[in-house]
This record gives sequence, structure tokens and C-alpha cells, in this order.
Amino acid sequence: MLDQFADTIRAAAARGASLRIRGGGGKDFYGVRLEGDVLDTTGHTGVVNYDPSELVITVRAGTPVAEVEAVLAGRGQMLAFEPPRLNAAGTIGGAIASGWSGPRRVAAGSARDFVLGVRLLDARARPLSFGGQVMKNVAGYDLSRFLAGSFGTLALITEVSLKVLPRPVAEATLRFELDEAAALDTVNRWAGQPLPLSASCHMDAALWVRLSGACAAVDAALARLGGERVDDAEAARFWASLRDQTHPFFATASTLWRLSIRGTAAPLGLGAQLTEWHGGLRWIAAPLEAQVAHAAARGSGGHATLYRADAALRSGGIQHLGSAVLALHQRLKQALDPQGLFGAHRLHPDF
Amino acid sequence: MGKPELFETIPDALADKDELVRRLLEGLPAHCVLHAPEQLKPYECDGLSAFREVPLAVALPETEEQVVHALRTCHGVRVPVVARGAGTGLSGGALPHPRGVTLGLSKMKSILALDPLARTARVQPGVRNLAISEAAAKHGLYYAPDPSSQIACSIGGNVAENSGGVHCLKYGLTVHNVLAVRLVTIEGEVLELGGEGLDAAGLDLLALAIGSEGLLGVVTEITVKLLPRPQLARVVLAAFGSLEKAGEAVANVIGAGIIPAGLEMMDRLATGAVEQFVHAGYPLDAEAILLCESDGTPEEVAEDIERMIEVMRASGATEIRLSRDEAERLRFWSGRKSAFPAVGRLMPDYFCMDGTIPKRQLGRVLRGIEKLSAEFGLKCPNVFHAGDGNLHPLIMFDANVPGQQEQASRFGARILELCVEAGGTITGEHGVGIEKIDQMCAQFRPDELATFHAVKAAFDAQRLLNPGKAVPTLQRCAEFGAMHVHHGEQKFPELPRF
Repeated sequence: MLDQFADTIRAAAARGASLRIRGGGGKDFYGVRLEGDVLDTTGHTGVVNYDPSELVITVRAGTPVAEVEAVLAGRGQMLAFEPPRLNAAGTIGGAIASGWSGPRRVAAGSARDFVLGVRLLDARARPLSFGGQVMKNVAGYDLSRFLAGSFGTLALITEVSLKVLPRPVAEATLRFELDEAAALDTVNRWAGQPLPLSASCHMDAALWVRLSGACAAVDAALARLGGERVDDAEAARFWASLRDQTHPFFATASTLWRLSIRGTAAPLGLGAQLTEWHGGLRWIAAPLEAQVAHAAARGSGGHATLYRADAALRSGGIQHLGSAVLALHQRLKQALDPQGLFGAHRLHPDF
Repeated sequence: MGKPELFETIPDALADKDELVRRLLEGLPAHCVLHAPEQLKPYECDGLSAFREVPLAVALPETEEQVVHALRTCHGVRVPVVARGAGTGLSGGALPHPRGVTLGLSKMKSILALDPLARTARVQPGVRNLAISEAAAKHGLYYAPDPSSQIACSIGGNVAENSGGVHCLKYGLTVHNVLAVRLVTIEGEVLELGGEGLDAAGLDLLALAIGSEGLLGVVTEITVKLLPRPQLARVVLAAFGSLEKAGEAVANVIGAGIIPAGLEMMDRLATGAVEQFVHAGYPLDAEAILLCESDGTPEEVAEDIERMIEVMRASGATEIRLSRDEAERLRFWSGRKSAFPAVGRLMPDYFCMDGTIPKRQLGRVLRGIEKLSAEFGLKCPNVFHAGDGNLHPLIMFDANVPGQQEQASRFGARILELCVEAGGTITGEHGVGIEKIDQMCAQFRPDELATFHAVKAAFDAQRLLNPGKAVPTLQRCAEFGAMHVHHGEQKFPELPRF
């Protein structure tokens, strides 16, 4: 399979074509535009190495996320960054290439945080390996974590080693009637205390909070926080619908902005909104002017992404990069993929 | 064939020291530029004192503007720049360049903002690691990564090295606890990487900058995450009759779904050295001891500790003690935290290795180290961040005995190669610096090193930032490989041999 990938890369390079690396295709809606011939990774599957006592799993990039999670669940472990499963075919390579993370990210860390190492084929089809299968590794620049979120624009990830964590022994969800400002204040105050918060969501004047951890810790927090206890099955469905974006808020929005900002930033008042990550992630289902969205995010210490929209809207760019940072992006792209072989214009109109 | 030179000559570099100082003084006050030999002497090494060089000058900027000026100046005249924090690094990352400027960030030590509700602190690079936690304490918050040198080491240095500590397994490394940095490039351009949100637009440049050992830019401001201080911590001390048994206990704890706040192992030589020094109360007849800590709410800790003790017992611990109060917890830890100085008292010199291995390889690697210890005739106590597989063998030697330092160096190199063979890495948290530059050739292939150089060029095309450190040139590896044939393989076959 790796030989086939290498041949595909060499052939594309020889004819000056570009390649679009694709796993399950669940994220095809995302990006400035899709260009190039599809390089399908879904044939390159399998768990290469998994030893639960090492807290590390090494898998080939085309392996479905669902399969990896099933293997981990069999040993009481999980991918703590809760990668969104946008369709049943979603691959681990796609999860890392997107760098996207689910509700637990606010407590456990992001996809990038859990990357320990990658194997890849670069734009010259050379097999390279960065990072490894150990928790701590500071030899060389951290290219494996750098590739998380690069959306197939720098190299073809062929294998990933990820840190995994034990599944929490106990989990419970509470619901509170609170307006947005009060919810932001409340959840951030709680997050500054030793409470086992593992996720939060605010929408429609309700704050949802998930607690995860040792039984005693969850019980103590339940007693302390009050609120309305949500039935476990309903809670599981709710958090999964946020993680996988099957919740009607996501499913019905035709234009969706994603604002990643300071969690304590005041309510933005930009339109229909769903808030995650203790206020750090605000989804806005409204066709905002790009300048308005970018300015609002910048004013709150973060950035905005035109996450889902008509192709015409996206063609102008989905994120704003300052000129110095953009120039550095272009130099890095030039350094790693000088021919512009991989994922041309997926992330930015200029590269 | 001699050892390759540490520093290549940079063509067309300004060599006139007076002229360089004059240019630096155009943007820095006189008290911020050191150039007299007696002023430069204190900067000749960092925590790795076996390597010493005197720089042309030392610049100690007080503002970001002055950092920009120093970098622009050096860039303009092609003079290398070595950034330096508190100088506690153990891999020689801040070793001066003999024809360069050392840029010390120690005067930039303000905590610029601390937002208890958002749980972040914005600080300058010279702020000490522990000072952040001290400032956050009144809000019940702290900064989690805690390298052993935390009373002295600076957050800027932590960013450069991606420092860890004894609590990494649960709380992560520096890269997991930093939200944003302001990075000044060698050209004097200020880049804002990351942000106050949990992720940033575009590629993850923050991941690249953290741990780049001063080769990509100079950090002038860092925004860190703060965590709620755990209400309680307790530590279990367990003794074992063999290193293998202790290693199995480590695997069993994690296999049982427990993530200890800290999980440390020490061998008999290490506990012996420590007991003479701090009287931590370690059992001296044990081949290995484990320190296994739980932190959190009292309920969580009680639940964890009960399970930890159960696992230790089932794994064959010969003795188990539980810290009864905070004073005893700190006493149990005091031995581990003073392991390096304790060994330093027994022998004039030691090298501290920093390899990381998959935990299942522990027995094999420790046996290998034991064999090497006999072969080289040098003692080597081991302390080990067992939870994350990070070994710190301490090779003891006396530099005054002719040849012993060279022997110790070769012993260290063999240990690191053993770690690479076991599927691990040559450095878990101390960085490559100058110390492990040749072992990088064992860990990475030429194509991978070439990729690192391509990344470097995107930030610093003239290779003026900390040249000669962290990533060896292909030529250096070829020379090293020629001196040191690895498993009889000819490495770097595409390069001409000398």
C-alpha cells in the first residue's frame, strides 16, 4: 500500500498535478476549495501496535476511527480528544490531519496534544518518521504535532502513534437554566476549582455540564453543583450529537462560523449560537460578513473560521492570517512541499 | 580523525567585536550590553558545564523592542545569536557561540497579566517557572509543568526545551500548557503564535516553536494555562526485590486504569546515594523503589490510593508506605528531587542521560545499562520517570582521572543508542543541545534531518539562531558515522566519505 501511495505521489509530481488526500470524506465540506486527484487512504488500515499499559496505540492512517475506538474500549481506554465522527467511514488519519476535537477537549486536550509520532510520505514520496511511541520526546522539531491540523497540505500521514487514556469510571451530566453571560461566568468559575468537569455546552438558555472521573469525585460534585441531573442515556446521546455534529444546530445550519476565543469573553450577540469548551468555542449559525466575524474573534483574543458555507463564500478564504504569519506559512509550505502537490488551496487562497 | 568542530564558520560574519558592540548599543542601554572578558565569563556555560565557550558579547534586553534590535543587528552583520534563559539547561542549548552574541532574557521577568477566571497568565520569558505558580496560588491555581529546576529555570527556557517534570503523565509537557507566544524572528519580525482560545488559525506554528531549542526564534511573551490546585496529594512508597518487579508494577498500575499524578522509580544505587544526603527514609535493602502519587479531591485521592496499594501488593511489593501528611509526602519526594545533587556529592562529576523508552522495554534497557556499567567500569545509578518511560541514568566519573570523561561520554552515547534500539528516543525532556548532537544521527535518517533543516530555513535562512545545536548537519553525521559504525551499517551512503 505504501508503495502504491509513493507511486501516486511520484506520478502526480511528474505531471505537475496536485493531490487531495482523503480518508472517509466526512470533511469534504471544509476548506477554501478542493483541488487535485483524490489520494484515497482508506485501504491502509490496521492497528500496528497497542499495549494498554503503555497508553499508546499506533495505527495506519486509513483505519476507521470507529475501529480504533472499539479496540480501545475493549481494554477500557479511549481517544480522550473525542474526534468528531462526521460519517461512519472517518479515518484516524483524517482525525489527525484535521486536528479537530470534541467536547472533552477542554479538559483532556486536543488531537494535536495526543499525537506522539507520525510516519509520513513527503512530497518526494520519501518515507519519514517523526516523534515516536513514547510520552516524552524532544529530539528535533515537533513535526508530528505540527502536522495535526495541516489538512493534508504538507505530507501524507501514513501512520500515527497516539496517547490514549483510561475511560472514566463514572460520568454524569447536569443541566442548569442560565442565560449566556451567567453560564459563561459559572462554568469558568467551576473550571478554576478542583471539580471533575469534562465538557460543557450552552445553548437555548441552558448550560449542560459533564462530570467524569472517580465515582466519589463525580458524586461529590453532583451534590455540590445542584442543577437538574440528565438521564445517562440522554446525556450520552447529547454529547455524541455535539461531538459528531449531528445535533440539529449543526445539521440545519447552512452557514456556520467557528469562533475559537477566550472562554470568558463577553457574549458576542452575532446570531444563533452554540457554545462549547467553557466558552472557548462559539459556533454561530449565521451568514456573517467575514470582516465582522474576524474582528469579533480578534477582539476576544482568538480567531474565526468559516467552517461551513457555500463554495462561493469560502473561495475568499476561511480564516484570516496576519501578513507575517501568512508569509511564514508560505515559506513552510515551500520548504515541505515545494511543488504544491498536496492539498492546494484547502486552507488558504494563497497556498 | 578528530571530533568534528562544534561550530562551523559563517561566511562574511562581522568579526570586529567593537563594531558589533557599537551597533548593539544603538538600541540597548549600556548596562544591557556586556563585552568585557570578566563580564562574559559567567555566561560561558549553562547547566552542562563540561562544555564552555565565551561569546563575543552578551545582550540583556529589558524590552521586546530591544530584543528586536539585537536580532536585527546580528542578522544585519551575520552574527550568530544564542538565546539564554536562566542557564539551567542540561544539554548545552545555551552554550555560547564563540563568534556570536548570547541574548539573555533574564531581565524580562514581569508577570504581565493573570486572569483567574480565564485561568491564564501572560508572562515574560525570564519569569521563573515556580514564580508563576506562586503568583497564581492566591486564586487556587498553578502552572502544572514542574521540572526539577523549577525554582530557578525560566518559562522562556521551558518553552525552548518543551520541559517536562514529574507530573507529565497526567498534566502534560510545556507544549500542552502554553496557549500563545510572541516569537521574534532573526529578522526582527514579531509573530503572534497561538491565542487566548484553545487553538489558532492556520498551521500549528506553536507546536513547532515549542521545543525548538532557540533555533527558530526568540520568545518575548508567553501565555500559559493555569489549573486548579489539587486539594490533596498523597504518595505511596513501594519497595521491590528487583527492577523487573518494579517495572511490572508500573505497567500494572497503568493497566488498572490509574493515571498517577507522578510515578517515579529509583534503583538501589540511587536510593543509597540519596539517603546519605537527605534522609528521606527510603528502604536501603530494596533493589528498586516506586513513588506513586495521587492528587485531586479527597474523595478521588482516597479511591486512587486504595487501588494503587492493591496493585503494588499484587505486583510483589516487599514494603508499602503511604504518606500520612504533607510533610511526609514532601519528605518522600525530597529524595527523588535531590537525586542529582546527591550523586554529585559522591563523585566529582556525572553525566545525566535523558533517554525515553517504551515502558515494556525497561528490564532489557536496565540490564543493558548494567552491562555497560561493568564494561566501562563506571557506576551508574538510575532514576526514572517511570510513568512516561523517561530514564535518567547518572554516569559517575572523575574528570581529573585521565580518560574518564571520554569513557563516560562513550558510555552515555551507548545508553542513548540502546534507547533508540528499544524504540525510544535520545531525549525526553532535556533537549539535544550540544550534548546529544551526534546521537541525533542515530535517531534520525538523513532525509528526516534534511526536513528539519528545511523547516529551519523557513524561519532562519542564514542559520544564525543557535547554530550547531539540536539538529546536526548531514556532514557532521557523515563524519560521526565514519568514526562510529553502527551495527556495521554504512549510514549516509549518499554522502562522500572523508
